[in-house]
Amino acid sequence: MKLSKLLAGAALAIGLASTAMAADKTKVGFIYVGPINDGGWSQHHHESAKKMAEHFGDKVELVYRESVPEGADAERAITQMALQGADIIFTTSFGFMDATMNVAKKFPKVKFEHATGYKTAPNMSAYSARFYEGRAVTGFIAGKMTKTNKIGYIGSFPIPEVIRGINSTYIHAKKANPDVKLSVIWLNTWFDPAKEADATQTLIDQGVDVVLAHTDSTAPLAVLEKNGGYGFGQAADMIEFAPKPRLSSIIDNWAPYYIQEVQAVIDGTWASHNAWDGISTGMVGIGEITDAVPADVKAEAEALKESIAKGEYHPFTGPLNKQDGTPWLAAGEVADDGTLAGMNFYVEGVEGSIPQ
Amino acid sequence: MDLSDIDPIKLIATLMVAATPLLLAAIGELVVEKAGVLNLGVEGMMITGAISGFAVAVETGSPWLGFLAAAAGGALLSVLFAILTQVALANHVASGLALTLFGLGLSALIGQSYGGQKPPPMAEVDLGPLNDLPVVGPILFGHDPILYLSLGLVAAVWAVLKYSRMGLVLRAVGENHDAAHALGYKVVRIRVLAILFGGACAGLGGAYISLIRVPQWTDGMTAGVGWIALALVVFASWKPWRVLAGAYLFGGVTVLQFNLQGVGIAIPVEYLSMSPYVITIIVLVLLSRDKSSAPGSLGRIFHASS
Repeated sequence: MKLSKLLAGAALAIGLASTAMAADKTKVGFIYVGPINDGGWSQHHHESAKKMAEHFGDKVELVYRESVPEGADAERAITQMALQGADIIFTTSFGFMDATMNVAKKFPKVKFEHATGYKTAPNMSAYSARFYEGRAVTGFIAGKMTKTNKIGYIGSFPIPEVIRGINSTYIHAKKANPDVKLSVIWLNTWFDPAKEADATQTLIDQGVDVVLAHTDSTAPLAVLEKNGGYGFGQAADMIEFAPKPRLSSIIDNWAPYYIQEVQAVIDGTWASHNAWDGISTGMVGIGEITDAVPADVKAEAEALKESIAKGEYHPFTGPLNKQDGTPWLAAGEVADDGTLAGMNFYVEGVEGSIPQ
Repeated sequence: MDLSDIDPIKLIATLMVAATPLLLAAIGELVVEKAGVLNLGVEGMMITGAISGFAVAVETGSPWLGFLAAAAGGALLSVLFAILTQVALANHVASGLALTLFGLGLSALIGQSYGGQKPPPMAEVDLGPLNDLPVVGPILFGHDPILYLSLGLVAAVWAVLKYSRMGLVLRAVGENHDAAHALGYKVVRIRVLAILFGGACAGLGGAYISLIRVPQWTDGMTAGVGWIALALVVFASWKPWRVLAGAYLFGGVTVLQFNLQGVGIAIPVEYLSMSPYVITIIVLVLLSRDKSSAPGSLGRIFHASS
């Protein structure tokens, strides 16, 4: 055993790696866009990955690369991981989509899973969570909690995933508080704590008192804690900022999905698919709503969460107009997944324009 | 779109905070380059300062000790650069790049257990009634002490370089190290001291991000400020007050573009995002039309025998 391991290691070292050689252990690779201690998105993927590895114990070998930039470098990192004999590779940022697709074409035997995108191939799946379901709950709380009637939103990149979150936040903040106004600041980055902090400070300077973020660090919460105002955990629970400024959170729980997919690879039953789960399966979790939120608001928010989980309520239910006033959904009509997946417009009432 | 939501006084106060890390790193690098050394390791020294300051502040509960440790951490890392370039006579550019890579890795290593922790807050300077003055109160007073320190440093660097003997010697070493050596000045010693000063300033700048501006620790949180500081020194023609103006301009445009986005102004966000870089470069290029005042020996290796 030891000798064979040594030989296998030597073979790997001189670049003769093939998936067959590592057959005794399933090698699972992860590519992260940020550092694994960002306190948010990448850290949570990594923790889910570690839970998956614990679940399988000796049967699985976990490899990962953190802080991989989106773009050409991503393709190199993924290729390298495939060359090192990974059996399945999870790429966990929207911007890795085309890079993953390119590498997937070159390594037909390796399985690829890309998070939050929409492209698939025979050996490449897409998986994402319906974060907008969580955004409905946090948006509702934000609308109830703002005293200045101004809430702010820090956006990363203008991609459908983020735009869905902004729309869902606004729709439900408006339901909670008809006078609410939403300001959006785009940063064009997933991870830059200093910029996230500056943007939060700017929003506070403009009279915003509840800030929601769709970036990866906890910087917005740190600034809110210093200045007063409320915020929410994003991707991770961020409970260290409870009970204030963190009122609740949207938690991405990827571990069950990772376990399911790796099991499928081990069993040889893996098949390409496009998974999109929400609160009902637990892929999107709502963190504990703290005591800073009045009991009646908390009860309403939890009822909203329940109705989404049970499928009784869809966060995008008509009547809804697009930003320019053209009708989108008639009363009672529910948005279809295709439109949501490619969402590139604000709903009526959101100010500003989406960068094209 | 409601421009009245933008409060110019708060905008100025916020931009000063946003610009301070850049200012600290750039003023340190200015002294280094004035001594004829090109240290591209600013980013690495900043991030090392950010984590050493953060770690010490968390462990001791004192932000002051944190900043002290940040300066020491940045300076300590710059010792490596000093040994490489001044003793081993290695290439400045390559050594500086290595320093940045090393600093980023080292800080991630030290910082492993510090994610999610909160540093002790640093009290703002309380000047009593001065803070309550309209307009000037929020802009000039009520900031944290490090921000004032950064302004003091700019004034001190300017005065020392321009009026003191020490400054004259430092500039002589930077302009022509062979001549300075022939006059009996200790070129290597002066350069090492300048490198240490630059390292300490960069460390302070990094800690300003991790202890005051954000305040938390995450890997790679300086996110390229060190590189902007390097560019700023060049575009400011190695003049301290221009470095200050450039840093505040950069911070100002950054904060202004967030403000414009916040009120929903219809300028494409890509233009707003690039605006701090473009405007700072244009303004400083226009300012430095006179003649390039790069120190004559900048980036050249010195050995007494040559």
